[in-house]
Amino acid sequence: MSLALPPPPTEAATPANWVRKNLFNNVLNSILTIVCLVAIALGFKEFFTWALTQAQWNVLKDNLTLFLAGRFPADSLWRLWTILTLLAGLGGVTWGRFQASGRLWNGFSLIGFGILTVLIVLAPIELTSRLILAGLILLIAIGYWLGYVLNHQLNRWLSIAWLVAFPIIFWLIRGGFGLREVPTADWSGLLLTVFTAAICLVLAFPLGVLLALARQSELPVVRWFATLYIEILRGLPLIGVLFIAIVMIPLVLPPQMNQPDPLLRGILGLALFSSAYIAESVRGGLQSIPRGQLEAARALGLNSLQIIVKILLPQALRAVIPALVGEFVNLFKETTLLSLFGLVELLGLSAAILANPDYIGRYAEVYLFVGVIYGLFCYSMSIASQRLEAKLEIGQR
Amino acid sequence: MPMTTQLPKSSWLALFWDVRFWKILGQVVFVVGIVWVAAMLWNNLTLNLQKAGIQVGFDFLNAQASFDIGESAIAYSPTDNYGRAILVGLVNTLRITGIGIVLATIVGLIVGIARLSDNWLVQRLAIVYVEIFRNTPLLLQLFFWYFTVFAKLSQGGQPISFLQLSPEFAATLTGLTLFIGSFIAEIVRAGIQSVPKGQWEAARALGLKPEVILRRVVLPQALRVSVPPMTSQYLYLAKGCSLAIAIGYPDVYLIANTTFNQTGHAVEVMIILMAVYLGLDLIIAVLMNLFNRAVQIKER
Repeated sequence: MSLALPPPPTEAATPANWVRKNLFNNVLNSILTIVCLVAIALGFKEFFTWALTQAQWNVLKDNLTLFLAGRFPADSLWRLWTILTLLAGLGGVTWGRFQASGRLWNGFSLIGFGILTVLIVLAPIELTSRLILAGLILLIAIGYWLGYVLNHQLNRWLSIAWLVAFPIIFWLIRGGFGLREVPTADWSGLLLTVFTAAICLVLAFPLGVLLALARQSELPVVRWFATLYIEILRGLPLIGVLFIAIVMIPLVLPPQMNQPDPLLRGILGLALFSSAYIAESVRGGLQSIPRGQLEAARALGLNSLQIIVKILLPQALRAVIPALVGEFVNLFKETTLLSLFGLVELLGLSAAILANPDYIGRYAEVYLFVGVIYGLFCYSMSIASQRLEAKLEIGQR
Repeated sequence: MPMTTQLPKSSWLALFWDVRFWKILGQVVFVVGIVWVAAMLWNNLTLNLQKAGIQVGFDFLNAQASFDIGESAIAYSPTDNYGRAILVGLVNTLRITGIGIVLATIVGLIVGIARLSDNWLVQRLAIVYVEIFRNTPLLLQLFFWYFTVFAKLSQGGQPISFLQLSPEFAATLTGLTLFIGSFIAEIVRAGIQSVPKGQWEAARALGLKPEVILRRVVLPQALRVSVPPMTSQYLYLAKGCSLAIAIGYPDVYLIANTTFNQTGHAVEVMIILMAVYLGLDLIIAVLMNLFNRAVQIKER
């Protein structure tokens, strides 16, 4: 009873067919395509005319070290290189470890290394820096391979290594214990941006988890307090929270006490602010856990702490990885507000450079450059989160 | 067979083993701790303010402000008092918030739909827009619009001729609209994608045209899902207006900050700021909740 049907007609996948299907499949789309093409062409023409004839890129070339390392003393720059080496090695191994279930060289890792190499070749820097950076990329590649090969043997060592690395990095930046001390007023530029973002993250994350748990607590007083804290901080703009942290903290400390470092106050304000947002994300995860999990855990005789640490948090945090990374991206972007309070992070530093009479009016060049830096950081964070999400198969079950 | 393992009541041991007792005690200790810390901080605060010679109280609001405000929708002159100045700032904030919410919603809707367009070029352009504006700081975007676009359009602080707007207002509005718009676009996209495929197919089977399907079948369902997350974007917009201090748009935060710098009344300014922003949040949240309730599908 089988009829030999001819195969359905298929369109050959030629470029011409692709264009017809995706760009000119009806009248409206054809018009849209043409309008977009004209707009893109005009935009590119304007941009390149400006970039090649009017823009003066020397403002970036002259100040590259300033943008990245800020006013860090020149004779101590080797300390920042050491930090980069440390981060490159550890980062490479971590990346390789998480790649472990996929192929070693896939499109993503190749593109990543490709971009890094192109950046080094094109960047207007001295030969020595170029060589060191090339060495760092090699280090990332070796670490990536090591992490891939060693895989599960690394599980514990990796977190220990990161835990040890943090104080070492802090020591290398701050100095003391045999190194020349660098006062926090000299921490600026991208260094300060990354440093504050990292520290705030380390402070805000545990606080946020605690607040989320407190908001779910069965003790009414704890619950009310957490709710009040979260709602007030989420209701205020960050700039207001920083105002409170930077202006009010000195006022509520005992008069005889020394004023805490402005950087410390800023970090505190930012961390308290993001902890409220992290708490709400984590709460979403906690609420997504079926009640049965809690009841099963109780039936097994686990105590409250065990239930939280072993049952609730692993599932809750896993479920909200995208939201959490979103909060981290926000945190990274919001470090810019510190510049309004005299802390010279990347954006504050660009304002300082633009105030230099040599570079007056070079706004577009500087803001474009700074925007690319922020964009690279935030975009790679969200890409990493998407890959982690895919790996953990969130939403697949 | 009920198990009755009751410990003898009115014994200290029973109290020790009673979880309820420890829970209550823990909370009492928690409250006492909070009150104690608050009292200590308040004590330090009064000491510090005394030393600085500042009288706590809102009387300073009646004193003459004697600073000029670049633009105001209501009558204001430097001889008016601080209270009036803050009101001017509040009106300026509301102006940006109101117009910004409408514009950002329009931008977000267009880009969110374009993001799912079957035109490859339009779709890519929408993605590029979203990624650029989401992944760079709002403050940087405000600087960019102000210094590279609007400050150049206006000669020497004059309003931009063809828009009749001050460069500060235009830059703040553009920056906030495009920044929040990129977030709303993603919300709209998620909303459209949450509409089951069967709805598209059923509408197509009924012979509706694509644009009618989108307008009459998909969007009404998609936007219902989008209302709650959009509320938080609107709240962000209202708060984000405070960043305008960086480019000199006189919103309520800038005026409050100036007031603090001139008078030193940190506590009062803090209270005013908290009241203004929490009030603004509350109003937007209540309005959006009402709207949300009105547009939800009424089930039996």
